[in-house]
Amino acid sequence: MAQHYRPVRSLLIFIVGIIGLIVWTFLPGERHTPKLGLDLRGGTQVILSPSVAAGETLTQDQLTQTISIIRQRVDGFGVAESEVTIQGSGNSAKIIVTIPGETSRTVVDQLKTTAQLNFRPVLAIDFGSPQPSASPTGSTSPSATPDPSPTVSVAPELLVPPIQSVDGSGDFADRFTALNCSESDVLSGSTDDPAQYLITCEKDGSVKYALAPADLVGTDIDSATAGLPQQGAGGWQVELKMTTPGGKKFADSTTKLSALESPNDQFAIVLDGVVISAPSVNEAILGGSAVISGSFTADEARALAQVLKYGALPIGLEVDEVQQISPTLGNDQLKAGLIAGGFGLLLVIVYLLVYYRALGVIAVLSLMAAAAMTYLVFVILGRGIGFTLTLSGVAGAIVAIGITADSFIIYFERIRDEIREGKRLRVAIDQGWMRARRTILAADFVSLLSAAILYYLSVGSVRGFAFTLGLITLVDIAVAFMFTRALVTKIGNSKWMLAGSSWTGVSPTRLGVNSSTSEAN
Amino acid sequence: MASLSQLGNSLYRGDVSYNIVGRRKTWYLVSAILITLSIATLGVRGLNLGIEFKGGAEFSVPLASANDQSVTQAREAVIAAGETPSTVTVVGGKTVRIQTPALSTEASNDLSAALAKSFAVEEGNIKVQLVGPSWGDEVTQNALRALLVFLILVAIFLSIYFEWPMAVAALVALAHDVLITVGIYALSGFEVTPASVIGFLTILGYSLYDTVVVFDKVKENTKGIHGGSRTTYSESANLALNQTLVRSINTSVVALLPVLSILVVGVSLLGVGTLNDLALALFVGMLVGTYSSIFVATPFLCQIKERTAENIALAKRVQARRKIGDASNDLKPVVAIGAPIVASAGPRQQQVKKPRSRRSGK
Repeated sequence: MAQHYRPVRSLLIFIVGIIGLIVWTFLPGERHTPKLGLDLRGGTQVILSPSVAAGETLTQDQLTQTISIIRQRVDGFGVAESEVTIQGSGNSAKIIVTIPGETSRTVVDQLKTTAQLNFRPVLAIDFGSPQPSASPTGSTSPSATPDPSPTVSVAPELLVPPIQSVDGSGDFADRFTALNCSESDVLSGSTDDPAQYLITCEKDGSVKYALAPADLVGTDIDSATAGLPQQGAGGWQVELKMTTPGGKKFADSTTKLSALESPNDQFAIVLDGVVISAPSVNEAILGGSAVISGSFTADEARALAQVLKYGALPIGLEVDEVQQISPTLGNDQLKAGLIAGGFGLLLVIVYLLVYYRALGVIAVLSLMAAAAMTYLVFVILGRGIGFTLTLSGVAGAIVAIGITADSFIIYFERIRDEIREGKRLRVAIDQGWMRARRTILAADFVSLLSAAILYYLSVGSVRGFAFTLGLITLVDIAVAFMFTRALVTKIGNSKWMLAGSSWTGVSPTRLGVNSSTSEAN
Repeated sequence: MASLSQLGNSLYRGDVSYNIVGRRKTWYLVSAILITLSIATLGVRGLNLGIEFKGGAEFSVPLASANDQSVTQAREAVIAAGETPSTVTVVGGKTVRIQTPALSTEASNDLSAALAKSFAVEEGNIKVQLVGPSWGDEVTQNALRALLVFLILVAIFLSIYFEWPMAVAALVALAHDVLITVGIYALSGFEVTPASVIGFLTILGYSLYDTVVVFDKVKENTKGIHGGSRTTYSESANLALNQTLVRSINTSVVALLPVLSILVVGVSLLGVGTLNDLALALFVGMLVGTYSSIFVATPFLCQIKERTAENIALAKRVQARRKIGDASNDLKPVVAIGAPIVASAGPRQQQVKKPRSRRSGK
């Protein structure tokens, strides 16, 4: 076995591997540093979990839909490298939203309050130049008459208050005329302040609305269900139940609206600033429950009911954890982590050098190789699978210094044991490795096992730590097998090492072997 | 350092040998006292759970220098904003940390704005953390589930790689480490955060890692002893312990140095935080872990092994042989702690398995 081992070849392979990693890491046009978690560069992390009633189960579909809507919303914030990830599945799924950098405090609100749903009285409608679309402009019951609204009708007297109240950024009526639904970005959604007037479009871009401040907001709605009318004919409809204060507001609003002419008898259901539906009100609705009917298909009715119930999300969400860290603090944490790591590494290097001397130099080189390799893998994984280095990951790396160094210690102690047995250096190095290898693998396996289990069974920061620890354990094995052993074997064959100076760290004299006995084996 | 090398030589050959296995009652007593204390403190004081486990809101306001006055100021600001501060503390001399019961995000935004105004800092620099009431339970549940799966898998691995008594002994040492570490947390009142939980979980890995290294040597030393009548299982295991003692010391030093560096740097630069929570749990756990892999795991293993028929027979044979071989019957298998370190002269060509303890017969 010993004869077949070629240290130079092993070293070459290792060095080529490292160079390959370096080239891959520093490919032009790519990121050359590890992707930092938000605790190292500041930002907001929100962990959301679906709120599911007892006995209910989430479908993967609902989850996927929720994620895509949240992702849209996060993208809407316009912060580069924002992320929405999901961990786990079914009822125990967690949605983790990460927005780097300094973010406004309202970000969390916007995510958490699933979406803003407002009921706004319609001031004006513009169906645009082409034919009016058959949009689900329903009416609010009892009587369900699809409303053939006129193409354009602006009620000038109603446009007076907006001109004064909207932020002074020009004439409200002019802005209404100027808005082109097919070109504008209003459809991508925006924050909708219920106290302000709003000019916006229907969600398919076909219809333009000028809307008054909201009479009702989403929280006024208790429940919404889609269904067919109980008796007889009619298409799909959505039944609404208001909360007690909501019912009162709704009664006031419908009383006011039902007295007006079309289109001012309509109210628009506005979600995130986009009109979902604009039913007209035929009479005052006092009971706190209403039916929206019209030419709905079953799917449209269900979708509308969902929107009314949860905002746009198909499921309710609860905030598990919110963390907002300023970039300054993040930077401080990163610095502290690096200083602690550097200082710890330095202490370990000094200890290894003093105790193992020449072997210590090899240990230090191996540690450096492991550190370099870890860094490169961090960068590559950051690009490849979106691995982010968090503070707990840095801690994992620092802890791993000890575990990595331990592999060398086991190896070196075994070599020294063999020399104490009276074996020659060359033999000791080979046999020491054979024995140490088993121990290193068994011990590293336990480390790897714990890292893997932690990774699969945990959420958030624990994961980052486990991943780093597992990764470095693998790096450790690579370095110990390819680099350390090769280097020890190569240097062990040098004249100086064989001469057994006390600086070699494997001097037979210092290890208590008489020179006369060292030939015994 | 040189003397540690010398000690290593002597330990390896058995010139100096600490009778660790033979004194197991002493170690058990030490551990029993520590564990009893841990459980008692846990029962009486409980753990100081962080906000992540209780649910609530936490605001960290960075200041040029924080003192008692800042605490009062923060408390007043919180009360003025219409909330109740549950704890207000100075952290690391530069941060005031305010914890309140669970808040809505709106209320938390208002409060963070109020704090920013009161301390004249930018609102963006205030670190805010909101934790839902069920989050902590979930973290705990996840950790416990991870622990259970880990223990089962490790027990299987150790049973295959070694043998089941070693798996049992390793797990006993593990339980010992976790209990004592948790006990120290209860006793000191250090806050338990998810980072400390990570620390606890890492200790599991580390403690086992250490035990695996020692057991590997025990396995090697006890291989084939049943064919002869020279050493008992316990004596061989004890030799293994002594031979890996220098390794254990070196490894522990090397593992503890970085952790210590996190603690020192972390406290001086950041005050209390993730790094320190983690490092503290690790520091305590690693110390206890090293102790247990030497003083608990192996003695316990010997206790199980000495009950097997083949080891009882072996012990009898060894005893019989020693009675015949030495009339004075004063063959202590080991030299007590503090014995002079004597470099032995003369050719040493024995195999590892030969009893070093018979040195006195020369």
